[in-house]
Amino acid sequence: MRHDVFISGYGGQGVLLAGNLLSYAAIHEGLNVSFFPSYGVEKRGGSAMCTIVFSDGDTGSPVVGHPSVSVILNQLSFDKYAAKVKPGGICIVNSSLVECDGVELPEVELVKVPMNRIALELEDIRMLNMVACGAYVAKTGALKITSLEEALKKALPERNHRLIPANVKAIRAGAVAAG
Amino acid sequence: MSEKLFVKGNEAVAMAAIEAGVRCYFGYPITPQSDIPEYLSRELPKNGGTFIQAESEIGAINMVLGASAAGVRAMTSSSGPGISLKQEGISYMAGSELPGVIVDIMRQGPGLGGIDASQADYWQATRGGGHGGYRIIVLAPASVQEMYDLTMLAFDLSDLYRIPAMVLADSVIGQMKESIVANPRPQVELPAKEWAVRGRKAGEPQNVVKSLKLGDGEMEAFHWAMLDRYKVLAENENRWEELLTDDAELIVTAFGSTARISRTAVAMAREAGMKVGLLRPITLFPFPARAYLSLSQRCKRFLDIELSTGQMIDDVRLSVARDADVAFYGRPPGAGSLPTPEEIFEQIRKVYP
Repeated sequence: MRHDVFISGYGGQGVLLAGNLLSYAAIHEGLNVSFFPSYGVEKRGGSAMCTIVFSDGDTGSPVVGHPSVSVILNQLSFDKYAAKVKPGGICIVNSSLVECDGVELPEVELVKVPMNRIALELEDIRMLNMVACGAYVAKTGALKITSLEEALKKALPERNHRLIPANVKAIRAGAVAAG
Repeated sequence: MSEKLFVKGNEAVAMAAIEAGVRCYFGYPITPQSDIPEYLSRELPKNGGTFIQAESEIGAINMVLGASAAGVRAMTSSSGPGISLKQEGISYMAGSELPGVIVDIMRQGPGLGGIDASQADYWQATRGGGHGGYRIIVLAPASVQEMYDLTMLAFDLSDLYRIPAMVLADSVIGQMKESIVANPRPQVELPAKEWAVRGRKAGEPQNVVKSLKLGDGEMEAFHWAMLDRYKVLAENENRWEELLTDDAELIVTAFGSTARISRTAVAMAREAGMKVGLLRPITLFPFPARAYLSLSQRCKRFLDIELSTGQMIDDVRLSVARDADVAFYGRPPGAGSLPTPEEIFEQIRKVYP
């Protein structure tokens, strides 16, 4: 069993935290994990990407040319990376920010989740990365949603643990939206 | 088994250094290795060690020289431009037969270059780097676990042979996070540092640590003695990994990050029914020449993959049997130039017999 997922957005959307959360969840399930981040030199507004590979055996290359699943949080990332998804793969898109009506990705399932809107309905736009993680696990079944909830304790610094219930809510909302 | 931790490659280096009993860290910040001094500035003092952010890279390496001469485990870390500045100090350490660990998390060059991954410091690392003719031990981790394990090994080998040791990785391995087990320091029998300059007590002989050798024949004798030591090193400390080489018709060879990417490319080739294996040197000096020689008795085709226009390929060509053929695929380091497994698989297809 080997899964890979590519997450891309702009700095500040929580791409790296989302990647860390999925990684901790995979570790919680006893898997080996490679988390490979790459981002611009800017603190906010630059682009942020990460690739997570998890496997019950060797994780192999941390660099993936054609991911089996991509989670795309903004338009720039969609234009640049959506076409790289492997045939038979899944592209989960933040349809609040990405204009993708009428776009055809051959042999790729396009899943539209209005992540900003869902996060705003929960009254915290910063939760959009949690919505994305929920959508990912619900759509792929690669990890258990309970593992994500467990992983929040490790992915979030202690001072933010009071926000765990709100994050759990956002993960579940994302799962429902993609399910 | 201890609990699995999820850490960056750079953090694993710092954790391993503490576990290995490093007493002194001296460094100067530079991307993409600054997580190492950041971690040690916080954790080393708690563990009874000393952390100093030096005034420059040159200051830092000479502090390593001083601490090592006093007999304690000392290290520094940097990236390309900073490693170049340290070369003078490394040469003085080599001339003084001082151990010490230097970590190079390679970035693009030449010059200031950029912060993306590179393997173009291979020549600088394996050929000594500074003046005067010497070698240092060079270890090339390909995972976060190896960043941890090989950092501890670097301290042990350096103490054992009294040769500076370098951990040579790049921003892929340094910045990536993986699950690791923080193994305890291995039990290794090491000679007492009787040469160390620790303050002479009455009746004890004087210890002198220096690289200036003006006596008639003194320097020549030093070079011959070091050559013998390098030979022992090559005999005893070669390390490499082979994957699916037994029946291979083509052997892909790469170190560090490109070896990781190649692993998946080799798996893709196997799935396509091609008999392809991987040979990954773990020690770059000593270079595991005997692994290449032995494999090339049977398999005549090699494909060398590097994040440069070709440096390790010199050693590969020197090591394989004369009738073996070594093809090359490289990407000069730079933003967006990291090869994908799919890309390396394409190259495998091209050269597969």
